[in-house]
Amino acid sequence: MSHEPALPAGAIGVEAVAMTMRFGDFTALDNVTLNVVPGSFHALLGENGAGKSTLVKCIMGFYHATEGALLVDGREAIVRDPVDAQRLGLGMVYQHFTLVPSLTGAENLLISRADAPQVISWRKEMSKLHAFVESMPFKAPLDRPVSSLSAGEKQKLEILKQLYLGTRFLILDEPTSVLTPGEADEILGHVRALCEAGQISVLMITHKFREVTQFADDVSILRRGKLAGSGEVSSLSHDEMARMMVGEQVQNGGVTRAATEGETVLSLRDARAKDRSGLKSVDIAKLDVRAGEILGVAGVSGNGQTELMEMLTGQRNLTGGEIRVKGLPYHASRREAKALKVRYLPEEPLHNACAPHMSVAENLAFRQFDVNGSDRPRFWKNKREMLATAGDRISEFNVKTASVHSPIASLSGGNVQRAVLARELTGEVDLLVVANPCFGLDFAAVSAIRERILAARNGGAAVLLISEDLDEILELSDRVVVISEGQIVFETATANANTAEIGAHMAGHG
Amino acid sequence: MSTAAEIGVWGVPLAILGGAIRVSTPFLFVSLGETLTERSGRINLGLEGTLVFGAMTGYAIAYETGSAWLGVLAAALAGSVFGLFHGWICRFKGVNDIAIGIAMMLLGMGLAFFFGKPYIQPVAPDLPAISFGWWSDIPQVQAALQVNALFILGAFLAVAMHWMFRSTRIGLTIRVVGDSTDAARAIGLNPNTVRLLSTAAGGALAGVGGAYLSLYYPGSWTEGISSGQGLMAVALVIFARWNPILSFWAALLFGGAGALGPALQSVGVTSGYYLFFAAPYVLTLGLLILTSSPDKAMDGAPGELSITK
Repeated sequence: MSHEPALPAGAIGVEAVAMTMRFGDFTALDNVTLNVVPGSFHALLGENGAGKSTLVKCIMGFYHATEGALLVDGREAIVRDPVDAQRLGLGMVYQHFTLVPSLTGAENLLISRADAPQVISWRKEMSKLHAFVESMPFKAPLDRPVSSLSAGEKQKLEILKQLYLGTRFLILDEPTSVLTPGEADEILGHVRALCEAGQISVLMITHKFREVTQFADDVSILRRGKLAGSGEVSSLSHDEMARMMVGEQVQNGGVTRAATEGETVLSLRDARAKDRSGLKSVDIAKLDVRAGEILGVAGVSGNGQTELMEMLTGQRNLTGGEIRVKGLPYHASRREAKALKVRYLPEEPLHNACAPHMSVAENLAFRQFDVNGSDRPRFWKNKREMLATAGDRISEFNVKTASVHSPIASLSGGNVQRAVLARELTGEVDLLVVANPCFGLDFAAVSAIRERILAARNGGAAVLLISEDLDEILELSDRVVVISEGQIVFETATANANTAEIGAHMAGHG
Repeated sequence: MSTAAEIGVWGVPLAILGGAIRVSTPFLFVSLGETLTERSGRINLGLEGTLVFGAMTGYAIAYETGSAWLGVLAAALAGSVFGLFHGWICRFKGVNDIAIGIAMMLLGMGLAFFFGKPYIQPVAPDLPAISFGWWSDIPQVQAALQVNALFILGAFLAVAMHWMFRSTRIGLTIRVVGDSTDAARAIGLNPNTVRLLSTAAGGALAGVGGAYLSLYYPGSWTEGISSGQGLMAVALVIFARWNPILSFWAALLFGGAGALGPALQSVGVTSGYYLFFAAPYVLTLGLLILTSSPDKAMDGAPGELSITK
């Protein structure tokens, strides 16, 4: 086994040798070997559930591999926990930020140090921290609480924290999923520069091919826990990588887009609400969605999408303006939603649209359990009918569950999404409001859910699609609006949409 | 020469000020203790029981040893034992800190009544007070400015705790654990240990608050010694947004409200007199309603607290 020594500027190499990880009968990782050369930028591609997270968790000491070994800087290393990993110079930036929200950037950096002083002289520490940040290619605010930072600033701070802690081998877990294309390019560019300077080696989990070709030196691809391929990025095409990632070619949604044009169903006029911090407000001056069209709301995470969704679902009070559905004022009560045929697929449906510990059948019945066949209120629930309907929905929407009696929380993310969609798309739908429907799902689930949304549109429903994935919006929508800092700042028909222009508006430089 | 009649209606604010300082001390200690515990991400509702048990222990030890300060020390120790017990039970999976707190409250009061029976009659030494009214000949002024040493200690403690949360490793550690268990684990902290120790320290402070009740004001051990100070202090922490300095001012405010009834009585206002005794409770309710918002999470609330999750 050849191994290259650590670079003088600090970067070390890490090699996972024939790693296998079993959870009971399930083999999450099967004999995977991966070699990250010192100072290189290595991409780890794979679908959800392919074993990427398991592999890096084994490296970081969260899991202990059933078989196989880990070489850090050429020596066999036993990593019992993340603290051990830290000591060896291994660091990881998680997909969900691990900064403490109420602490400032400086406090976060300092307390994560193993040798933080007992009594902190802030003047001295701040000057040291500023000197450290000055020596870095990018900056992040240190004096504000992390909860007030943008996603891009948080991501930079996470990376700065790793460098501050002396990390020489950095794992990034889908680092760009919450960033604008511009921010993503900037941050990955800086990381790449650090690799080229020989300060760190990087292993980046991603499923974006563009990032792989643009920034990575080498790539390893996992499929169903096995190493499906690896090599230099320059020697592989997108098609080859895609084939290794998904195996045989997946059919790409054959739903045709029927030409539909209808009445305005949803309209917002000067609808205002406080945002999450309570300091700023979300102010939608004018937003109309017609029957038979999908209106995509694009924007960088945290620019008012969540608030807009909550305004529409009645989870957030309006401070002014109004929401109308089919010309009638709409306050999202259950009665109004039923009468006006409004349905929702919120983000994180397990938390926002399900009772996690109730069964799949019960969750599927939420819209119907209290009325009988002729739409009259009923007192006793009809369990037999409920189970029969649930069975139909499950087979129709291809929900994979052990039984209709299983708690819905035991389903995988994609199947929860399908189950909620099955409930919401049953019966007539005039308005469907969807937020990030495919976040974190694998290819098969994504195409199935997009097909359903398109089918609802073709059936004449008005669809409002709020998504942080611009590609998804461009694929599905008829019209696109961009939300930035709580306001609609741009509108275009998808047919003449220009990605660069949309990206600029998303980033707030319209 | 000054007499009571000469200061007339000014007697009321003066009596309220004096009363505020006298009555607020137990509020101050319990709320500082609760602030510490809650900043680590756990609620200890049992501080009312700790307070009463601290009052009994403080009184008993002060009587047995003849030293009021040894009594205070014993009350702090007893309080920390209660805190440790609460923290130890809460580290088990599926245990709810609020439910345990209520059980601990009843346990603390029950144990205090059981062990305290023989100490209802005897007289224990009082804690010393420092006279800040020497410059005046007016007896009311002198009476109002009799400040107990524990009040001054509490004021210093509030400032010290504020500094601790900002500028010491221990303070930052407590805030990290209170705000995000995952982040704490990621930097190698053990949330359970931090919470255990914070709950113990919080309990010790509540015990000291109890010792003040039995050793200074009202100054004797009875079973009705606490009028819910331990419970109101929990509300006070929320009102003070988990900030020790604000806790100090809030405690003074509550103390002042508590002194409103007696102060008005002293100038001869007798109608609706019992109503004024309810002032602190009405104030608790009113302030919590006024400072809350239906849309917004409370700022400053530790993220791991079970009431804010």
